[in-house]
This record gives sequence, structure tokens and C-alpha cells, in this order.
Amino acid sequence: MLIDLQNVVKDYAIGSEVIHALRGINMKIEKNEYMAIMGPSGSGKSTLMNILGCLDTPSSGAYRLNAKNVGSMDDDRLAEIRNREIGFVFQNFNLLPRASALHNVELPLIYNGTPPAERRANAEKALIRVGLQDRMTHRPNELSGGQRQRVAVARALVNNPSIILADEPTGNLDTRTGDEIMELFETLHDQGNTIILVTHEEYIAEHSDRIVRLRDGKVERDEAT
Amino acid sequence: MAAFSRTELSEGLRIALAALKANRMRTLLTTLGIFIGVIVVTVIISVIQGLNHYVSSEFSSLGANTMYVSKFPWIIRSWEEFLKYQGRKDITEKHYRLLVKNATLAEAVAPDLGTNRTVKYRTESLNNVYITGTTEAYLSCANTVPETGRFFSDSDVDLNRAVCVIGWEVKDKLFKGEDPIDRRVKIGGQPFTVVGVMEKRGNMFGQSMDATAYIPYTAFQKMYGSRRSLDIQIKAADPEKTDALVDQVTGIMRQARGLTPGKPDDFAINQQSQIMDVYNQMTRTLWIVLIGIGSISLLVGGIGIMNIMMVSVSERTREIGIRKAIGAKKRVILWQFLMESIVISGLGVTIGILISLGIALLIRAVSPIPVYISTYVLFLGVGFTLTIGLFFGIYPASKAARLDPIVALRYE
Repeated sequence: MLIDLQNVVKDYAIGSEVIHALRGINMKIEKNEYMAIMGPSGSGKSTLMNILGCLDTPSSGAYRLNAKNVGSMDDDRLAEIRNREIGFVFQNFNLLPRASALHNVELPLIYNGTPPAERRANAEKALIRVGLQDRMTHRPNELSGGQRQRVAVARALVNNPSIILADEPTGNLDTRTGDEIMELFETLHDQGNTIILVTHEEYIAEHSDRIVRLRDGKVERDEAT
Repeated sequence: MAAFSRTELSEGLRIALAALKANRMRTLLTTLGIFIGVIVVTVIISVIQGLNHYVSSEFSSLGANTMYVSKFPWIIRSWEEFLKYQGRKDITEKHYRLLVKNATLAEAVAPDLGTNRTVKYRTESLNNVYITGTTEAYLSCANTVPETGRFFSDSDVDLNRAVCVIGWEVKDKLFKGEDPIDRRVKIGGQPFTVVGVMEKRGNMFGQSMDATAYIPYTAFQKMYGSRRSLDIQIKAADPEKTDALVDQVTGIMRQARGLTPGKPDDFAINQQSQIMDVYNQMTRTLWIVLIGIGSISLLVGGIGIMNIMMVSVSERTREIGIRKAIGAKKRVILWQFLMESIVISGLGVTIGILISLGIALLIRAVSPIPVYISTYVLFLGVGFTLTIGLFFGIYPASKAARLDPIVALRYE
């Protein structure tokens, strides 16, 4: 089993008020699943995504990723897990504006100490996989939205992570470009990657094999499409 | 903290340089405080060192092992002191003879009388020539020799002969290439025969040591009166025993002046080291004041760096979020921003040292002070860079390192 969430609770204190963002989530995700997390705003889907992405830890309950208990790790160990196990794709791309596409993709490899030659080769390979072989030296502002998101996908892929975690990956793209990105995810899934999509658009979620719907911090429905 | 990998270090430096390059003007302005501070400090250090060098080399012509017995000390601090010294009995030929006879630790004892007079040769004349009345022992006290001819002998002195030795500049200005030996010059109206020319001695504190003439002190006394107080130059035979010589001379003088034990000396024994002491005291104060000014401007510069680093951290919050999300650890972010502040202060220190070098060269070109920037100033520069960069960079950098990636990613 790749991911095992057991009774995951997340509370936030905002001033004197406590917000119960997640009220006991149980979920198992297998390798090579293609899953979507849906829910209205305030349902806890962002919080769940942060926890799945190891950007945050549960207040209580257990999160096992590849049999490792992620919930009890310190910041630096979490950074390492994010680097090795998780590839993020964000709605607004989150590329470094002053760095070339190639350098953006190299970044995760820099943080795990991959030697320069290997780093460059891997980053080039990842960019080729997303179809950007002739845009490697371009900066984000020289690329279209779809191309930027492809760079972000290449960056997510470059470390061969356990999960690709995509948060509204088509939210800033027009429909046609969005479809292209979804096709790319499809291909990656076919190649054996595990993909978790966070979205509020039904037609995007339908690309996946399984939809988990959240409401008020709990799993409302969990079904295959 | 675990060791940095080389990739992490070089990436930190690369990011820092890129960030600074993207904000060229801001970077330059931020370095302003630092480089002004560095200029103040390095120029001061260099000028004081140069001045020390200059002063001690000027004094070396006074001779470290030579002392001067006189009525007045060289350093007089007030008018009252001056009046007190004024009331002392003169130093006379009697004291000179006693010192010649009894100062066994001395290599040479020479009387020294001085005044300014006009020297004439035929139609040429030179004003304000310093006339010294002395004996041949002057040569070893002042550590100099005649260039041509001879110095007057003790028998010239004893017989009160009207002979003189002229300084290099006097020869140059009055004789214009003619051989001055055996020519007659007029010193203050009195005729003297030139027997020698002194070697060139240069300047001491802007005063030419070559616009001079030397005559037997007996002749001096005859011309200008024997009732003026004498200075007596005494050179130690052994430099190591200079202090013992001071004691011996003090004993001889006290006995000659009939001072009972407990009474203070009524004469002065002047040494080069006393002036050096006063000079050192003065420069010490200067040091403290100017190092203070330098430190304050470095502090202000450092605060400027801290400020701009805070700006840089908040401008790049999102970037920090991205880096953390894809696996940058705290220390990597810390290093990235520390590197940036170190590079800024390094730039400031470098510009500062370069401008200081320019100033040093300029001072050297227009003044007699041999200002130079020594290598330890450069080491000091590296030290400053690291200290300022680390000290003022650590707070903004650790603020960046502690950012929560979720909050940072949401930052607009």
C-alpha cells in the first residue's frame, strides 16, 4: 500500500477559535491509482492535500507513506520526503521566474545533491517527456500557460516520485490547453505513476479512476468512476 | 547541523548573485554604508601608519642614542611651566667641560649653539641660514660627515679660528658650481673661511637641514656673546646603555649645579623618545575617535544590509515557498540568504578597499607622508565582510528559513 490515512484530524487555532478542518479521514491509496479529491470550498480538500503532500502534519491520526510514519517527522525530514516522494503541480505553476525551464526542472535534483551532469541529463529527459525539448532554455515568461504547466509537470516527474500531487492543474488554463495537460496526466498514469488530483471541476475529476468527495472535513463518498 | 553538500553551497551562491544582479541599483546603494565605513577605517589606519613611518624616519636624523642637555625641555605644556624654565640658571661652558671629562659612557659630547643669519659670498647672499656653533664631536652626535673638505678640528675651536663648514644648500645657492673650499664667506657680517661642505641631509619636519653653516662654538660665542645658555649633545657609546648615560649625566649636572638630594633637576635631558611619546599619545586619541566614526558607519551600513535583506525575504516569500515545497531544507534557505548578505557586504568592502587604495596613492602623491595599504588591511576587509554579512544577515535569513511553506506558497 502506498498511502494509508487512519483517522486523520487537523485542527487550526485562529485566534481563540478552533477550526476543525479534517474530522477523521480514513483512506488507502494503492500504487498507480489515478484519483481525484473533490469538494466545495471549506470542505478540507486543501488541508488534505497539504497533509498528503507532507507540507503539513496531522493534529492526530496516522499518515503512512510507503510504510513510513510521516506524521511524526520534523521539518527537514519532511522536506526530504517531499523531495523524493512527491511531485507537486500547482494551479499557478509556481515556477522560479528568473530561472530557465531546465533550471526549474533541475531544482529538486539540486536539493538532493544529484551530481551536475546527471542532474542535467535527468532534467532534459523529463522535459522531453512533457514535449518541451525545444523550450529548455526559455524562461517562464517566454512560455505559454500550457508550456509553463508542462515545465511544472516535468519538475514534478524528475525525481521519480511516489505520487504526483496536482492542485487544480488546469485552473489557470483555457479548456483546450487544460485538456492537453489532462492527456499528459493520462499518459503518465499509463506509464505507472500514481496521480492525485485536487479539483472542483467534475469533468476534470472524471479523467480519474476514483473520486473522493469531501464535505465538512469528512469523506462523503469514495467511489470508482 | 549537517554539512552542506557542494551542490547546495554553489546553488546558494548562484541564487545570491542572480538576485543581486536583478537589483543592481539597490545592491549598490546598500553597499554604500559599508564602503564608506571601510574607506574611513582603512584610510585612517593607512594614514596613521604612514605618519608613524614619516615621523620616526624624520626623527632618526635626531639620533635615537643622542640626548640633549638644555635649560628648556622640548615639551612645555603651559606658560607657567615656560616661566619656571625661563628662571633656571643657564647651562654654560663649565658644564660642557665637566661632561666631556666625566661622562664616561658617552661616545661624544658636543656643545650646540644656534641662530639664523644671512650668509654672503661676493654678490650672492642667502637669508635665514641656521648657524651652529659646535665642535668636531657634533659629527658623531648628528651622525653626519663632510662631503668635501674637512670639519673644523679641536685646535680650530681652541684657537677660536674663523673657519666654517657650510651645508649643501648654501654651497649650491652661493657658489653655483665653484669650489667653495678656502673661499671667504660672510656670516652675519663676519668673515669666515670655508674648510668643508656637509653631505646632503634632507629635511626635518619641513625644515631644510642643508641651509646651514657650522662654526667653532668659541667663534660663535665671540660673535654673539658667551652669555647665552648652551645646549649639549651627548651620544651614548653603547645604545643599550642610553639610560645609564642619562643617569650619569644627571648626576654630573646635579653635582655641578649644587643640587642637594630631594631638590628637583633644574635642567632638562631631552631625547627623541620623549617627542615620540607625545606623538604617540596624540595619535592614540586620533585612533580612538576615528575608529569610532568608522565603526558607526559600518554599523549603519550593516543595518542597511539587514533592512534590504528583510525586503528581499518578503519579496521572495513565494520563491521560498516553492523551494521548500520541492525539498529545500531550512539550512539551504538560510545559506541562500546569508550568502546574499555576505556578497553585498563583500562588494561594499571590496569597493571600499579599492577607493581607499586610490586615496592612499593620492595622499602619497601630494604629501610627504608615505601612505600605503598593508596586507593586513586586506585581511581586515575579509574579516569585516564575514562579520557584517553574518551578523546582519542572520536574522533575515533565519526568518526566511523558518517560513511555513503553505503560508509562503499562498503569498501574493
